[in-house]
Amino acid sequence: MRVSVTTSVFIGLMASVAFGAPAAAAEKTKFEFWYGLSGDLGERVQDACKKFNDSQSEFEIVCTSQNGYDTTLQNTIAAYRAKKQPAITQIYDAGTLDMMLSGAFVPAKKLMADNGYTIDWNNYFGGIANYYATAKGELNSFPFNSSTAMFYYNVDAFQKAGIDFKPDTWEQVEEAARKLKAAGFECPLAFNFDTWPLMEQFSAIHNQPLATKANGYNGLDAELVVNKTKFVDHVKFFKKMADEKLFVVKTKQLGMDIVPAFTSETCQMIQTSVADHGTIGKTLPEGVKWEVAMLPVWKGTERQNSLVGGASLWVLAGRPEAEYKGAAAFLNYLGTPEMAEWWSTVTGYIPVTKTGFDAMKANGFYDKAPYKGRELAIQSLSFTPTSENTRGIRLGGFTQIRKEFATALEAIFMQNADVQAELDKTVERGNAVLRRFEKTYAGQTLN
Amino acid sequence: MDKRAAFRSWWLPSLFALPQIILILLFFYWPAVAVLRWAFTLEPPFGGAAEFVGLANFQEVFADPLYWNSVGISLAFALCGTLSTIFIGLVLALAVDRQLPGSAPFRFLYILPYAIAGPAAGMAFRFILSPERGLMASVNAAFPDFWNPAKYGSHALILVIVVFAWKWAGYTFIFLLAGLQSVPRSLIEAAAMDGCGPIRRAVDIQIPLLAPTLFFLLVIMMTEGFVGADTYGIVARTTDGGPNHGTDVMVYRIVEEAFRGLNYSGASAQSLVLIGLIMVFTFIQFHFIERQVHYK
Repeated sequence: MRVSVTTSVFIGLMASVAFGAPAAAAEKTKFEFWYGLSGDLGERVQDACKKFNDSQSEFEIVCTSQNGYDTTLQNTIAAYRAKKQPAITQIYDAGTLDMMLSGAFVPAKKLMADNGYTIDWNNYFGGIANYYATAKGELNSFPFNSSTAMFYYNVDAFQKAGIDFKPDTWEQVEEAARKLKAAGFECPLAFNFDTWPLMEQFSAIHNQPLATKANGYNGLDAELVVNKTKFVDHVKFFKKMADEKLFVVKTKQLGMDIVPAFTSETCQMIQTSVADHGTIGKTLPEGVKWEVAMLPVWKGTERQNSLVGGASLWVLAGRPEAEYKGAAAFLNYLGTPEMAEWWSTVTGYIPVTKTGFDAMKANGFYDKAPYKGRELAIQSLSFTPTSENTRGIRLGGFTQIRKEFATALEAIFMQNADVQAELDKTVERGNAVLRRFEKTYAGQTLN
Repeated sequence: MDKRAAFRSWWLPSLFALPQIILILLFFYWPAVAVLRWAFTLEPPFGGAAEFVGLANFQEVFADPLYWNSVGISLAFALCGTLSTIFIGLVLALAVDRQLPGSAPFRFLYILPYAIAGPAAGMAFRFILSPERGLMASVNAAFPDFWNPAKYGSHALILVIVVFAWKWAGYTFIFLLAGLQSVPRSLIEAAAMDGCGPIRRAVDIQIPLLAPTLFFLLVIMMTEGFVGADTYGIVARTTDGGPNHGTDVMVYRIVEEAFRGLNYSGASAQSLVLIGLIMVFTFIQFHFIERQVHYK
């Protein structure tokens, strides 16, 4: 609460300063944009804002980092309740349903139509747009920084261990892990308890549901079923590999997370976001050969598209009309192929529109060394048309559900808890979260 | 005797008190009223229609076995944290009070950790006591799994208590040193002449005379351990409540529930229970323990 109170006081002060200042030379409409990215990625958002401000003289966007996705959602809620909300806010994937039911936003399509922009909504990749769209496929928010999970492996280590294949299936990953171990590599594959690659992406590409009602798209009464799908066997497989010390747990609590484990060449394989592609390329010692691939599937599986991660931009309700003109102009500006290309180049994120992707492909972006492999993320996201299980995840309190599953994995891998029993218990806990969410929004329906 | 000598009217003192009153209303009573209201309703995060649900939120809280787990963990944490901060503070204070040459800078050094924010201390200790790197790595190399707070809840609990004690021992030290210095020198000197060693003098003279200070610290540190902002910060930065709810103290659970789970109602219900618990503790401490404390 302290953070949000300070923030709202701060915003209040900023607002009074803004109002109190004598209207200077140009009458620019100012509006605010809050985002969750920090560090290097946060700097790039500032660059984007500056580019927009320099590109025209009518509006001025003021961009403020809230340092983290979850704090952005919390601060947005606090600000909205205090009627001090920004015009645009960046909300991560897991907060999508909270936003959808809030009644606190202007739908993307309405905003652009009201302000006279014609947007080709089909230009967005289906796998990305569906996460943020209504059941009818109309976008509520603007996909912005999008990613998906990838499989990274150290080619030099593979060669030393005499592995001459690319790990496309989990059977091959196991084989590679055994060969790496035999060649003296202590940590063939590193993993942590992040459910995003291990549970959510795995379920999507194997066309397995996380919950009933099309992962929640068809109603708030959805129930988790992930304790009855292929995911259970997958966890058991991971457990077996971990017991044989072929897969190794690497977390912050243990002193080293998976990405540093990979870049320090402690471990030879990881699955993580394509957003880490840039960092990995920059951090691995010069000359080390490494590759990125789509996440492996089990042999005989018909691969489905993977899920989009990252965040989207929401336009909040209750701002003066003039600000919406600016917000629409800014969002339109971000959507241009040039900006899409610039954004994907300076970050590890993928372009969210087909024209953006095509422009980048055409100028040979993906053939150049540091960016090579990133096109696989698009391939993974658009591998098939989305199915009920791969459209996205629309579950209330999903942040908390993720945490419950992470805790379950912790119990399984660190404390030898029984896989099935632990997952059953967690599904029950997760369903309690869903039921409470349903009650909180009683009478509301998903659109 | 006229006690209102300074002010002849009622409005002037009221005016002086006004800023304080406004601040208290704004930052204490207003949130408290919101918590009271939310605990009995289902509050949607963005506001809007909240439905009155009576005691349902409390039922949900009490029906959750993990809630009772967090009550037990909180108790263990607050108790061990309190006792270790007071014990360390006492040992340091007795040492400095002996006025050995060169002991002056240590007063400053012992207080220093108190100035460091809990989360920062937690972050530092996560590295210092990491099982794979840091101080314990070599011990673990000789005795595998001797120390692994990422695996064993008990180790993780020890870890957060160590951080808490490290940070707060300096605080208890200040009070205990001040208390020790008000013990009449003549008593100590007389005892010394009768042949009492330093330990004997501490146990028989100094500590009994410190009883009021010790009691005060007991109440303060128990409350701090239960509801202090540091407790949340330390747990969040060191263990994240884990492994498997091993360090899931009540304040951590409340903040997580409210802000990660956006469950304002459930978190409010838990807050009310926590406030009630603190009141019961304070009552017990004043009612039963204070009787053993002699102020003269």
